[in-house]
Amino acid sequence: METLIVNTLLSLMVVAVVVLARTRNLFAVIVLFGLYSFLMATVMVALDAVDVAMTEAAVGAGISTVLMLGALHLCRSEEAKPAHKPWLPLAVTAATGLVLVYGTLELPAFSDPAAPIHTHVAPRYLEDGPRETGIPNVVTAVLASYRGFDTLGETTVVFTAGAGIIALLRRRRRNSRDGT
Amino acid sequence: MKRDMVLRVVAKLLIPFILLFAIYVQFHGDFGPGGGFQAGVILAAAMVFYAMIYGLDNARRVLPDWLVESMLAAGVLLYLGVGFAGLLLGGNFLDYFVLDRDPVAGQHRGVFWIELGVAITVCGVMLKIFYLFAARGQDEA
Repeated sequence: METLIVNTLLSLMVVAVVVLARTRNLFAVIVLFGLYSFLMATVMVALDAVDVAMTEAAVGAGISTVLMLGALHLCRSEEAKPAHKPWLPLAVTAATGLVLVYGTLELPAFSDPAAPIHTHVAPRYLEDGPRETGIPNVVTAVLASYRGFDTLGETTVVFTAGAGIIALLRRRRRNSRDGT
Repeated sequence: MKRDMVLRVVAKLLIPFILLFAIYVQFHGDFGPGGGFQAGVILAAAMVFYAMIYGLDNARRVLPDWLVESMLAAGVLLYLGVGFAGLLLGGNFLDYFVLDRDPVAGQHRGVFWIELGVAITVCGVMLKIFYLFAARGQDEA
């Protein structure tokens, strides 16, 4: 049943992507992006990754849709006709995709209990995590405690991204004011 | 959308619950799904919602630019502060066990503060990006 649900959602995502690629109206594209994110969030719920689903729904479907609508407000709502033929980018993308698929052939099967990821540190976190940290949600325990250093890095990345965007957009605005 | 009665009333009804949900996600992240990142985004989403219905100027009155920009850095500094608190109390960097006499309580304390730091930074960044985009649209319109 779970496989059926996940597969249905994944096929719906493929449909969304195909329609996305064919749509020229950018408003429709943004709505489809939101739809895609919601489908992805639902897949994550079906795979029991509720933390990721929450993030995907809030960031992918919520905030980034608003940000893209804000960007759409600044430009025209119809996508411009491409200036080049699509064959070279298409070939590069197809080749990269094939290489990636080839790379996954050697990976252990999906949800294989004998896969290295399930036999290395994951059992230790699951067994000792509640006793050592007293945190029932193992995702939070790993994220905040065992991998606290990584999360510090992630927070710094978010901060750097914000600072970079402030630097970019602020200067742009001042320049346009000087120009007028 | 500023003059739409239905949207204004619905927003007024919904925003307290969104804020409450964000706080729940923040402080219940130890037990259920969620944590600092999600709570920060939901908090920012509530503010974005408010700004969309009631206008950017009103939103900036609630959370002014200087405060949002300080939030950007304050979260990271809070996180780093927890790390250095561990150092000062005789542990390693980001060592939560030394934050309290009981190691498990120390873990809770450390996780609480770093999650708060993550939430503050994420909320600040999301809001700042939204403010910048929305303000550009306003300038040119």
